[in-house]
Amino acid sequence: MGELLQLSAAEAAARIAAGELSAAEYFQAWQAAAAGDELNAYLWSVENAADYEVEQGPLGGVPVAVKDIFCTEGTPTTAGSRILEGYEPPYTATAVRRLDAAGARVLGKTNMDEFAMGSSNENSAYGPVLNPWDRGRVPGGSSGGSAAAVAGGLAPCAIGTDTGGSIRQPAALCGIVGLKPTYGSISRYGMIAFASSLDQCGPLTRDVTDAALLLAALQGRDSCDSTSVGIEGGIVAPSREDLSGLRFGVPAELSRDAIDAGVRASFEATLERIEALGGEIAEVSLPNAEHGISAYYVIAPAEASSNLARYDGVRYGMRKGGDGDLVEMYETTRAEGFGPEVKRRIMLGTYALSSGYYDAYYGQAQKVRTRIAEDFTAAFADVDFVVTPTSPSVAFGLGEKTDDPLAMYLNDFFTVPMSLAGIPAISIPSGLAEPEGGGAELPVGFQIAAPAFAEQKLLEAAYALEQGIGFEREAGSRRPWNGGSGG
Amino acid sequence: MAAVIDREQVLHVAKLARLRLSEQEVERMTGELSGILEHVDRIGNLDLEGVEPTSHVVELENVLRPDEPRPSWPREAVLAPAPEPVDGAFRVPSPQAAES
Repeated sequence: MGELLQLSAAEAAARIAAGELSAAEYFQAWQAAAAGDELNAYLWSVENAADYEVEQGPLGGVPVAVKDIFCTEGTPTTAGSRILEGYEPPYTATAVRRLDAAGARVLGKTNMDEFAMGSSNENSAYGPVLNPWDRGRVPGGSSGGSAAAVAGGLAPCAIGTDTGGSIRQPAALCGIVGLKPTYGSISRYGMIAFASSLDQCGPLTRDVTDAALLLAALQGRDSCDSTSVGIEGGIVAPSREDLSGLRFGVPAELSRDAIDAGVRASFEATLERIEALGGEIAEVSLPNAEHGISAYYVIAPAEASSNLARYDGVRYGMRKGGDGDLVEMYETTRAEGFGPEVKRRIMLGTYALSSGYYDAYYGQAQKVRTRIAEDFTAAFADVDFVVTPTSPSVAFGLGEKTDDPLAMYLNDFFTVPMSLAGIPAISIPSGLAEPEGGGAELPVGFQIAAPAFAEQKLLEAAYALEQGIGFEREAGSRRPWNGGSGG
Repeated sequence: MAAVIDREQVLHVAKLARLRLSEQEVERMTGELSGILEHVDRIGNLDLEGVEPTSHVVELENVLRPDEPRPSWPREAVLAPAPEPVDGAFRVPSPQAAES
């Protein structure tokens, strides 16, 4: 059974399609793995797979772990919040329906930071997720459960959401691949809203080929989401073998920022690897990227404060204080239902949108957003991709940053600019590095960003680089799904 | 340095957001929000006169579809997750008492 779990999603789907592997046996193997979750990666997992029927399609027979932010009809959907405890949606998110139509099946719903607000998964109302490489460390967030499930051998592949880095950063900290597609590639219908102008669904997988396989199924226009446009021409499995003729831009402003020594060394080694594969390294300028965090932490909380107004104890979820008057019921429900980080962001967003402050905060942040998008447009006139480390550090310790919200926000420094610009970006494992202060080596993520809707080109380059890096050879025996694990 | 946001403002914003905060939360929130806003205030000094604000990154145009009636969800399915469904509606406490 262990051998089955070594297969990538693409390999398993091919074997099932060829009749060499029983879809039911494969699904049951993963069901058993998910049931043995010691990482708190799942909030719910499928219990009865006995009635499993072989589904046809490119993902036929592949189980997928789904972040608990996607509505799934008839199964619990909490978004990591107490306020939605016990909620069973009357409908299923388009992204999940599309996976289903491609032959995949939901294996479980994964833990996450409450309403996707966080970079460590410590903001879940249902307890933190543990990093499978070292259980004393965070898996990253907010899609921490999806990342830990894939890295920890509890799911072959997963989907998550990325608003400011919530797919890419946990993928980096768990040593897997995470892709945030262009805003508008995948429908947001049924994806519980955090910041609607930034939220985007994407895959978390063991390798780039699996990311392409999932994206191919997920992307597309949806009449239920007027902002969804899909990716013209679709997505196919990447096959590029080198990087000749491609230019990779490193932001000139990068060196000024605090990057841990181990992460920096891995980043530099990856740039050399790109050149060895025939790619060219150039310097680009993103002068406004340094204001990304400031703009993001106005825009995202502002949109969240509006989106989260719907949790008022009337139509779904928790109700408290029903013995008093209506306003008392609203206030008691929200006081008891939301955790500290969600309250903080609702407060921040409400303040930024309040009379007298709107222009100074929200208006200004939206202008910064324009500037950042213009920076990328200018950069892409000269280079094919922009590259950075995904995260300034490897996985940090549980509880290490929980007392300092601003320090936690700064984790998103490298991922937020792409979110604000709406462009696609992928994180692939580039190697292992010792954490600051010593200890066993942990995965480092390398981020590649491309122009809007250039996903196929991005996946081709990421695939060629992935083969060149050979993370599997370097980390093989230590990769948690191969039996290695931290204490 | 004076806090960017003071206790009175925190209480006012909490009221706007329909969030009841404990005394301890008000205390914490005042300090934490001030710290975050100080960082955010860096963009306040940028000269962005004439820059178009971005509310949305994808170029969108209106697309019309035929206005054909189709079935909506069954009422029971929508009411099922509600804390207090009554007679095909959502029951809430009286808003009247709020005037006290």
